Amino acid sequence: MLALVLAGSLPLDTYCRLGVLRQPVRLLLAIVPAAVLFIAWDVAAAAAGQWHLDPAQTFAGRLWGLPLEEYAFFLVIPLAGILTFEAVTVLSTRRRGP
Amino acid sequence: MTSYTAAAAVAVLVALLADVFILRTALVRTRTWWTAYGIVLAFQLVTNGWLTGRGIVRYSGDAILGSGRIVFLGDGRIAFAPVEDLGFGFALVLISCATWVWAGAMIRSAHGRKE
Repeated sequence: MLALVLAGSLPLDTYCRLGVLRQPVRLLLAIVPAAVLFIAWDVAAAAAGQWHLDPAQTFAGRLWGLPLEEYAFFLVIPLAGILTFEAVTVLSTRRRGP
Repeated sequence: MTSYTAAAAVAVLVALLADVFILRTALVRTRTWWTAYGIVLAFQLVTNGWLTGRGIVRYSGDAILGSGRIVFLGDGRIAFAPVEDLGFGFALVLISCATWVWAGAMIRSAHGRKE
């Protein structure tokens, strides 16, 4: 699922010439703080039994009781969101002209 | 009111406060944000529907608005996923985009000062 999200959103960077991936520092600043907050809540909610992942449908590697895919989720989804946001910004600016 | 529900409401509130008052990016006042969010939302319904419909992610009936039964629509669920997930998705993407815009402005002004 995460691979599909990347497959759908990463080409935006090339096709729309967003240059998002050429700004690693800005990406880290944008993604890490939210990811840390959401992961902390996510781990706590899983520990409290509010939700769980099916062990049969996830990889075996675990960190704080959750599979590694869960942590990748909080990097991939914001990245896809930012790419979408930038693509909309760039496309709407181009349509209106410089 | 249930725990997962309360957390989703807090997440939306924190995201809005961050966007409007802390980072002062006010993306929620722009058409660009809502267009982008509409696209993200459509894909969230598909991908989250996959994760929840196949039972990859499961929720305790005590923590969500619905009973914990996996249904396509109704019993507190939209496209198999608890409605609370819409709140979390909105908050995660809004905070990320707002921080992205804020970081861009910070980096630009830092470069401007050097020149």
